[in-house]
Amino acid sequence: MNMIRVTKQAVATALAKASKSYAIAGPVKAGAGHEFRCLGQGQVPDLEYTHTRLSPKSLLFPQAEPMFHFKLPETTGEPGDTPPAFLEAESFKEAPLAVVGLRPWDARALDLLKLNFDSPDYTDPFFIKRYNAMVRVGLADIHPDPENFSLAAGSGPFDEASVDILLADAGDAFIGKVITGKGRDFAGAAGFEPGSPDDAKAFAALKAAAEKEADILPACDRINDADTLDLYHADFWEAAAFSCINCGACTFACPTCWCFDIQDEVNQGKGVRLRLWDSCMTDLYSAHASGHNPREKGFQRFRNRFMHKLKYFPDKYGAGIMCVGCGRCITQCPGGIDIREVMAAMNAAAATVQQEVSP
Amino acid sequence: MNPYKPFNVKIRDILTETEDKSLKTFTFEFASPEDEAAFDFTCGQFGMLSIPGVGEIPIGIASSPTEKPVVKFTVFKTGRVTTHLHNMKPGDFMGIRGPMGNGFPMGRMEKKNLLIIGGGFAFTTLRSLVEMILQPQNRDRFGTVDVIYGARTPGMLLYRDELEAWEKRSDINVHITVDGTDDPDWAYHTGFVPMVTESCAPKADGNTMAIVCGPPVMIKFTRPVLRDLGYGDEEILMSLENRMKCGIGMCGRCNIGQELVCGDGPVFTLAQLNRTPGEF
Repeated sequence: MNMIRVTKQAVATALAKASKSYAIAGPVKAGAGHEFRCLGQGQVPDLEYTHTRLSPKSLLFPQAEPMFHFKLPETTGEPGDTPPAFLEAESFKEAPLAVVGLRPWDARALDLLKLNFDSPDYTDPFFIKRYNAMVRVGLADIHPDPENFSLAAGSGPFDEASVDILLADAGDAFIGKVITGKGRDFAGAAGFEPGSPDDAKAFAALKAAAEKEADILPACDRINDADTLDLYHADFWEAAAFSCINCGACTFACPTCWCFDIQDEVNQGKGVRLRLWDSCMTDLYSAHASGHNPREKGFQRFRNRFMHKLKYFPDKYGAGIMCVGCGRCITQCPGGIDIREVMAAMNAAAATVQQEVSP
Repeated sequence: MNPYKPFNVKIRDILTETEDKSLKTFTFEFASPEDEAAFDFTCGQFGMLSIPGVGEIPIGIASSPTEKPVVKFTVFKTGRVTTHLHNMKPGDFMGIRGPMGNGFPMGRMEKKNLLIIGGGFAFTTLRSLVEMILQPQNRDRFGTVDVIYGARTPGMLLYRDELEAWEKRSDINVHITVDGTDDPDWAYHTGFVPMVTESCAPKADGNTMAIVCGPPVMIKFTRPVLRDLGYGDEEILMSLENRMKCGIGMCGRCNIGQELVCGDGPVFTLAQLNRTPGEF
């Protein structure tokens, strides 16, 4: 068995040991809740946390990322006789980053992001370097939030598919499983104790209890087979988007939203081209320079977001929906929009169309 | 490799194309031969014109690959980057990323007759295509070539000298039109592109492809004309634009349903577009 065990008092010591070969990130208290941060020497993640406001995607895809630097040609009035220098961004820390305490569905979200940032045609060097160097020490959720529907979204409170180690809170200790070679290396560096057959049983029991508790709704079985245009033209979209103020909170909180903007910042002749998180909820996101906007109305942007997550993405990649069921958008939406209800509406619309065409 | 870092280019030449000075053609040369080789493009692709400190814009490539080593872009002055670009001078340096997009499907177009329909300043990548086809080494690869090109007034036509040169050739039929003119000596058509298409375009014969680039209103009224002429949706190619940032399929915004204009396009068949939500 690949079981491991670490008592709660020993977590700090284990991470201190691991920090000799790994940079460590994890959930820490920030404001009223928790956020993922890279941890300083001696800083310990708060593994009693329930959820973080933002997802750990920023560890691979920071909210602002310098892509390269440049120097502007001297403004002498003469045409510059030297081209502007495009200089590589400083390379970030090469030490592998161990994220300790991320939830299994948040880990899955990182794998979904990879589908976008590592395509057959182009690889995003910033994302992929961090992705490859990251070790994911997952923390199972023994009491999922009522808004969490990760099990229905292809992950779950004990999903092992996207983590290197999966820990679970067993009272006075974390017990867990080493899943990959990367995980074994980290467990060795941290000096985790081997777990017992009893630990394996306890782990299985915790998993069974959490998955029983987890909300398995909503059904979206019909969306896959439905025609894209039937769903797009379904008549519920405007009503479903009625309370949406296009604030974009969902897109920033979402662990799978990857859209970005590119902007230049210049100070005294030196500049940097930055990649910044963007939101498909704003009208500027898709507005042409001419003023024409293919998604001019708020409900059109609302529709595009959900169609992307629940139809375009599954059709394009065959990797399930672009949602891991974390529930952040449900708890943070000021308009009270619930993606599960949108899924249900899409599923129902798909059912109606299918009924209409069948004799 | 960092796909966001542009190649260094120098503006070799700037030509004002239209009487209102809103369109200029910029001829660029690459600062390094490696970059020049890396910018290996086909007709219908686009590039990101990149001005450090100002921003980037996706613009269709107006020159033919046969015009290398230079590359040309015709740019309409409309926003922040294009306005800055219009104020730059020959000799100035800036950046280009690319080439991007699928370009015209040359494999499907070879041996076919081509009906090329353009309106306004969407004619740029069509100019690239025509210029490539008219090279002696390429002309035999294609059947008949009909070009219908319209602008609001004679002074708004792009590439006037080239249009006149094409007019004189026997291996291409050029139908130039303007919406209106007060020039009594105007020797070409007057009227909108769809009307001229109706009267001048060859009927579909199963071996002709129509390539349409223009403003939405032109496309809207040209589609039924092409249908009446017998063109199937698989035989009609359209080149689209949407707002873009990265140009390499990652930033998200140029999607039309699950298709990305930057990577899956910008050239689509009408049949493909009919299957999308049409958000362009």
